Order: sequence, then structure tokens, then C-alpha cells
Amino acid sequence: MSQTPSGTYLKEEDLKKVNTVTYKPRAEYAYSAGQAQSKFLLGLKEKKIIGRKCNKCGRVYVPPKMYCDECFRPTDEWVEVKDEGVIVTVVASFISWTRERVEKPEIVGVIRLFPSNEKDWVYPGLFHRICADFESVKNMSLFGKKVKAVWRENRVGSIDDIECFKVIE
Amino acid sequence: MRPNLYFRRVAVIGAGLTLFRRRLLETPPELAWEAARKALDEAGLELKDIDCVVIGSAPDAFDGVHMKGEYLAHGSGGVRKMVTRVFVGGATGVMVPITAWYHVASGLCDKVLAVAEEKMSSARPHPQGVFRYIWDPITEKPLNPNLIWIFAMEMHRYMHVYNIKKEDIALVSVKNKRNALDNPYAQAAANITVDDVLKSEVLVWPVQLLDISPVSDGAAAMVIVSEDVARRFTDTPVWIEGVGWTLDNTEWTGRELAYPRYLEHAALMAYRMAGIERPDKEIDVIEPYDPFDYKELHHIEGLKIAKRGEAPKLLKEGVFDKDGDIPSSPSGGLLGVGNPIAAAGLMKTISIYWQLKGTAGKMQVKKPVHTGLAQAWGDLMQASTVIVMRN
Repeated sequence: MSQTPSGTYLKEEDLKKVNTVTYKPRAEYAYSAGQAQSKFLLGLKEKKIIGRKCNKCGRVYVPPKMYCDECFRPTDEWVEVKDEGVIVTVVASFISWTRERVEKPEIVGVIRLFPSNEKDWVYPGLFHRICADFESVKNMSLFGKKVKAVWRENRVGSIDDIECFKVIE
Repeated sequence: MRPNLYFRRVAVIGAGLTLFRRRLLETPPELAWEAARKALDEAGLELKDIDCVVIGSAPDAFDGVHMKGEYLAHGSGGVRKMVTRVFVGGATGVMVPITAWYHVASGLCDKVLAVAEEKMSSARPHPQGVFRYIWDPITEKPLNPNLIWIFAMEMHRYMHVYNIKKEDIALVSVKNKRNALDNPYAQAAANITVDDVLKSEVLVWPVQLLDISPVSDGAAAMVIVSEDVARRFTDTPVWIEGVGWTLDNTEWTGRELAYPRYLEHAALMAYRMAGIERPDKEIDVIEPYDPFDYKELHHIEGLKIAKRGEAPKLLKEGVFDKDGDIPSSPSGGLLGVGNPIAAAGLMKTISIYWQLKGTAGKMQVKKPVHTGLAQAWGDLMQASTVIVMRN
């Protein structure tokens, strides 16, 4: 390493002096939900959480999939899991997706839904909001707590039909 | 014991880096050129000697140009040559030398120029927004996630399962930023304390500002050649002796966040190839991927250099310090040097190459080194790439 580092770098204030080319891209997408996720979304409308089970290995997929990614064969049947589960991990976000500061933190995490086992590497579950305060995230008391889905009044068949998961014990 | 694997031997004979900074004036192809030219100079080769070019860059959206492989090709020396662009998210940086390795090991090429570039500063208002389109459009995007959520979820799970304190994790940031003081390319070198980390801005609890590597621009390049070429051009080649990479499931419900299983698979593949049976005894210096401070510890465990949940204890004992038993991130890592994604992974590989060649200057670790390892990680946090080198 007998080289001189090169590269011309700018100061913090120079960063603001830019000519921006502005235009609004029309980045609209009509995503496909597929067979499994369509049924899942319709289930949410009815306050049901629907998964797919592989009868070869016994895994239950929530959100559902038409194939088992371990056995690499079609999953066999629709199963309904409970809208209750335990918190696997939880965090408190003080920033928005554009890195703006938000005052009231958003609490989100991963929930393992019942019926399932603590030892399951793959389990039925969701990534979702959790109705809790920052203090209970910070002191880590939420881990392993039992939670239940809080459903919205007006459900449209979206992951957002669940307002959040609330601690029930 | 080495298994019976038949590959051509592959060596590194040159490397180059640009400065890593929050914003560089140069365009992405100019950055690629700077690094590539330096790597050729160190190797003593000219572009006409090169058979193939491997380019690595993370999501196109950062530079704001789709087709980045083609965009970077002329700056990377790819005109009228076999050019491949590889992409495995944040793990791309180490996938670049791995790809160059199999170009040579297979007998297809003799002299490969491997280049990685990233210019994160172009995205407005903040590169963070670019990550909006990496999520599952049906089950995740409606919740408006930001990138740091997902790392915070992993960090918190890791802390919960192994009962690890934030103070212990912050020591990684302190160590790496201190190591970076000796690195002339570094963007975020500093003498900080654990308290500074714990008092920095909370982004997504438990992740705070000083737990994370900065946004950076930069490029890196390496010249990777076959054995007979290496013998002609240098007395001190550094051999690539083992490579491995694995992807895991991207779904939150499809893996245990507390332990990087995908990395264990990648590491075992590389160890088998290099004939390493006791990674904690046989590897002298490591550069595990550290975009977040907890990740260095997480990766040291996945690399089987520490037992699960025990990396923080070894860190506290000084094992991973620059003068420790297994110096970790002697370059300063991503936390200290900066994180232009693909270039950062290649920078880590170059750091090990310079350590093994003995030309790391002030970054050189105290102990004599024979075997080194660099590793990167990325995608939706479930991809890992590992490279083992010897002098």
C-alpha cells in the first residue's frame, strides 16, 4: 500500500449546492398477490389469518405460499391460525422511511402466531405494528409476551386491516 | 486436512482504493477508474493484459442509473472484454473477488480486474428512501418500513436471546472507529467512548446513530490472477484459498434472527476448501462485515470464531483488538472507513490482502499473520459471502 489516497471530496455545506433535475416518475405498479396471498388478504377481511400447510414436513406458512420452500413441492391445505401469538422481536422507530425524525416512535416487530412451537425455525407469523410504549421496548419486557390482533372496523383485504397486535397478558 | 478439490491456484497481486467520503465530486465511472488504475499499478499490469472484468455494485437506485454494470464498464476497464456484473445485495463486495476467483480457478481467464463501486450520495433527500422498494409489496410495504427497522429487529433479538448489553455492543464501534485513525482512506475515524455511542441519536431502538456506518461514496479494485502469472509479477502473492456464499430465506418467519445460519454455511464451505478445521485457532486476522456494531459480533459467531453469544465477552477481553489474538476489522471496518456498499466489502478483502502482504502500513497488526478472512453480508440480511486468503 504505497499509494496516495485519491478522490475529491466535498464539504458538508457544498452538499446543498446542487442543481436538481426534477421530474415525477409515474412508478405505479399493479402487483400480483398470487393464489395464496389473495386468499390470505380475503381472510383478513373476515378477521381470519389463513396459512398453507405442507403435509410432508408439517410446516405452516403464514403469509401463505403455494409451495414449500424446504421440500420444494406444492403445499397441501389451507389452515386457519389464531390471531394470537407471542412477540419474537420488537423495535421502536424514531425515523420515517425518508429519514425524517418522528416524535412518537412507531413500535413494530415480528409475531409468532399460534399454534406453533418455540423451537420452530420456520413458523406462522407476521411482521407488524405492536401497540405498546417505548419504555416496554427499551426494558425488553415485551419479548415473549402474548399478543392478539386488533382488527380495524373497515377492512379492505390488506395487511393494514390489522391495526396492531396488543399485549393480552 | 484438505479435501480433494481440483482448482487452479488463484492469487491477488494488486489492489487499489479511492477515498471513502460522504460525497465525492467524481462520477461513478471515474471512481471505478481511479481504483482500477491503482490496482493495475500495484500489480504492474496494463489494461491490455487483462482478460476479464468483474464489476460489483449494490442497488442501481443509489447511483440513480439502472444498468449499472454497463454504466461502470468503461471506467472499470471493461471495453471489448468479458464483463460480468454480480449482485447479492450488501454481500456483493466479497462476491466480486469470489467471482474473479472462479473465473481464474476454472481456467477460463488468467488475469481478472475486479472492481466495486458505490455512490450513495446521489439519492435525495436521503439514500434511506431508496430502500422503499426492497420489501414484499403485499405483506410488508403497506406498513411503510424503513431500512433500519429490520436491523434493529435482528439486533434486539440477538440481545434478548444471548442476554447481551448495548454497552458491550458499542465497544465494536469504539474499536473500529479507533482502528480507522490509522487508515488514510477513512471517512469516520474517531476516538469515541461507549458513552458517546449510548448518548447518540436514537434512530430505531436499539440502534443509535453511532451504532451504524455512514453513507459513503467510494470504489475499490483488485487484480486476481492464475499461479504462473502471479509468480512472474510478484515475489509475495496472496493466495485465495477458500470461498463460500449462501442465501437464506428473506421472510421474517423463515429464520432465527439471533444466529446467522447462512453465514455458518458459507464459512464452512470456505473452511473446507482451505482445509481449516479450527477457525478460532487457524485464522490470524479477520474483517467481518460491520455496517452495524452488533453485526461484527454476530458474524464472528457465524464464522465459528466465537461460540454463540460469546463474541461480546471475547471483545471485552481484547481478543479482537489490533494487538489481540485475532485482530478484527484492523482497517476500521465500515463503521470507521465508511460504507459505499459493494466497495466496502471489497475494501475489507483488500485490507486482508494488504495485511497478508505486509504492506498495510500503520494498519498492520502486531502479530505475524499467515491466514486471513474477509466476509460480507446483505440482501434482506440473509446473504453472506466469505473469502479466506493465505500468504
